[in-house]
Amino acid sequence: MTQLPLLQQFVLLLAALALFLSFVLLAQARLVAAIHAFAWQGVLVAAVTLVVALAGNAHHLYFSAGLTLLLKGLLIPWMLHRLVRRLELSRHTELLRHPALVIMAAVLLVIFSYWLVEPMVAQGLAFTRNIVAVSLAVVLIGLLMMVFRQQAVAQVLGFMSMENGLFLAAVSATAGMPLVVELGVAFDVLVAMVLFGVFFFQIRASIDSLNVDRLNRLTEVEITPNAPLPKGGVNTPTATGASK
Amino acid sequence: MTALLVMVLTPLLGGLVLALVRPLALAGWFNLAVSLITLGSAAWLAWEVAAAGVIASTYFRVDAFNVYLVVLTAFVGVTTSIFSRPYMRHVCASGKISAVSMRIYHSMYQAFMLTMLVALTTDNLGVLWVAIEGATLATVLLVSLYRTPEAVEAAWKYFILCGVGIALALFGTVLTYFAAQHVIADPGAGLTWSVLYERAYELNPTVMRIAFVFLLVGYGTKVGLVPMHQWLPDAHSEGPTPMSAVLSGLLLNVALYAVVRLKMLVDGSLAGTTTPHLAGALLMGFGLVSFMVAGLFLHRQRDIKRMFSYSSIEHMGLMTFAFGLGGPLATFGALLHMLVHSLTKSAIFVTVGHATHIAGTQAIERIRGLIRTQPAVGWALLFGVVAIAGFPPFGVFTSEFLLLTATMQTQPWFTLALVSGLAIAFAGLFRQLHPMVYGAAPEGQQPVSANMLPVVIHLGLVLWLGLSIPDFLVIWLNRATELIAGAPVL
Repeated sequence: MTQLPLLQQFVLLLAALALFLSFVLLAQARLVAAIHAFAWQGVLVAAVTLVVALAGNAHHLYFSAGLTLLLKGLLIPWMLHRLVRRLELSRHTELLRHPALVIMAAVLLVIFSYWLVEPMVAQGLAFTRNIVAVSLAVVLIGLLMMVFRQQAVAQVLGFMSMENGLFLAAVSATAGMPLVVELGVAFDVLVAMVLFGVFFFQIRASIDSLNVDRLNRLTEVEITPNAPLPKGGVNTPTATGASK
Repeated sequence: MTALLVMVLTPLLGGLVLALVRPLALAGWFNLAVSLITLGSAAWLAWEVAAAGVIASTYFRVDAFNVYLVVLTAFVGVTTSIFSRPYMRHVCASGKISAVSMRIYHSMYQAFMLTMLVALTTDNLGVLWVAIEGATLATVLLVSLYRTPEAVEAAWKYFILCGVGIALALFGTVLTYFAAQHVIADPGAGLTWSVLYERAYELNPTVMRIAFVFLLVGYGTKVGLVPMHQWLPDAHSEGPTPMSAVLSGLLLNVALYAVVRLKMLVDGSLAGTTTPHLAGALLMGFGLVSFMVAGLFLHRQRDIKRMFSYSSIEHMGLMTFAFGLGGPLATFGALLHMLVHSLTKSAIFVTVGHATHIAGTQAIERIRGLIRTQPAVGWALLFGVVAIAGFPPFGVFTSEFLLLTATMQTQPWFTLALVSGLAIAFAGLFRQLHPMVYGAAPEGQQPVSANMLPVVIHLGLVLWLGLSIPDFLVIWLNRATELIAGAPVL
């Protein structure tokens, strides 16, 4: 590997820490702790933005770093925290069904990300390739989290950490998107968060739990419109009572 | 330029005001008025574009391709709001939803129109993404409007699946921007579609190839391509019927529009490599699979709205296939198909809305004897399904015929798959339709007050397009074809 300037190495370090936090998020059973991990990931993405801004002397990135810190590091974690308290889930823990398997899958996703961006190495710098791979891995692990966690709040955390990965990619690979786009994306994320909050209450009102695995009325296997239970052993509602 | 501003600002302001309008009757009329102003300015914009060719500013660009979709979007917006006014009053009167929900409904209806129009007219790939994500956000509360467990589940599924899909699309957009930075000096212009398109051949093919896969999966989720289609039947069947009409008629089109714009970029970038038709081949593959799978799923549906949403997936698959096939004839056919499918499908959903009010359920097996109870609804459903199944003399026949001809010219073997797919879908639709329309009506089934004007207008237009496509539209679509496929069809 070629020698990288100090600031770029620093960016890589921060990005790697963000990736590490993705793993923490994936396996963290306690909801509140997972929200904290997510907040730290947001802070790291903001820090990456700041370092890139310092290195490239790009002024609009200072603004973007502030925005990320405010939104991902403070506002969204605070909103989630408040929701969790209002839903009385502060002490909620959710055990992953196959933790070792899920972590292995996440590791494979990291390797896959590096493999996918491999062809870019021909024309890109080592620095770029690394950072694109790391941010893609953050995105994909967020996706994995949404698949494997059954708890609605945990799924939202997965969604938001996907967004973190996207911000990371935008900042480090391309020195930030145009300002309009960045503002638009931030607005969408914020509105999405508000709507997620609304949905937590709607889901709880309808199935008396936030375990979205129980949302299984709409399937292609139902026999009559009124039959509440799907056939087959895939989503047997009683067996998946992972929530308390 | 003024027309464009009026067109975008009207639904924005309308949506904000509608959030505050309390009287239900007034809100319905106001919603219609806002939609009418939007349509008027869209027509004005089309007039300007017809004269000038292209209207462009920093963030917007309107050419032959998107202007016809703009007019279509505004038009379906008007006819659906004509339908929605009495329909939603009926729903509200039956106590299914509260007055606050009605305000959300009207406000979000206009917010959705805003996102659609911005997505269509913007020249910036980032803004395109923001607008399409905005469309999800605007409609997700509407899907759960009835608050039944099914509706909440459908909305959550819609939110999560489309959220994930669209996040992948953003990653693709970032990669596109990354490729652009090595080519275009001004970082602010790196996401501007027209700038990128002019220099597409310089964009790094390796990066663009990876980017396109992400973009296709991302926006393809919103198009409803199999296997990312899971949200679509749920969202369509559980939301209020006017929402199903605009989702099917407009949102899917706009998402496909995004895919086609991006395909144009990738084609330019890959032109000099060993795989110049990669994007087209991917579209053909996804399109064909969606087309076949949705046709088969039509057979096992028990919910009338679910059935027609599978029919939407089927038709979107066909269009995706045609755009992937490329070439002037297939492109022309696909553009025409977008138009006729939107008109027909929203007419069908409007009719289905009335049919479910007559029968009091969405279960196909309990909707019976529509023609006897209320001939207008029964005949409309019959004609709608005849049109969507691709029978002459309706416009869907014309476009499907063009698509088959184009397929036979370039990829003859695929014709076999397409024809059998069409036959399967036809069988699926008709075996369900027949008892619903002709069967014996249950005791005491009463007609409802139905406003069939939107249906008559839509089906009339589709019939007209099937008999003779007016000259101005041919010129219009021909220009769009030239833009996309590089050569005019005529």
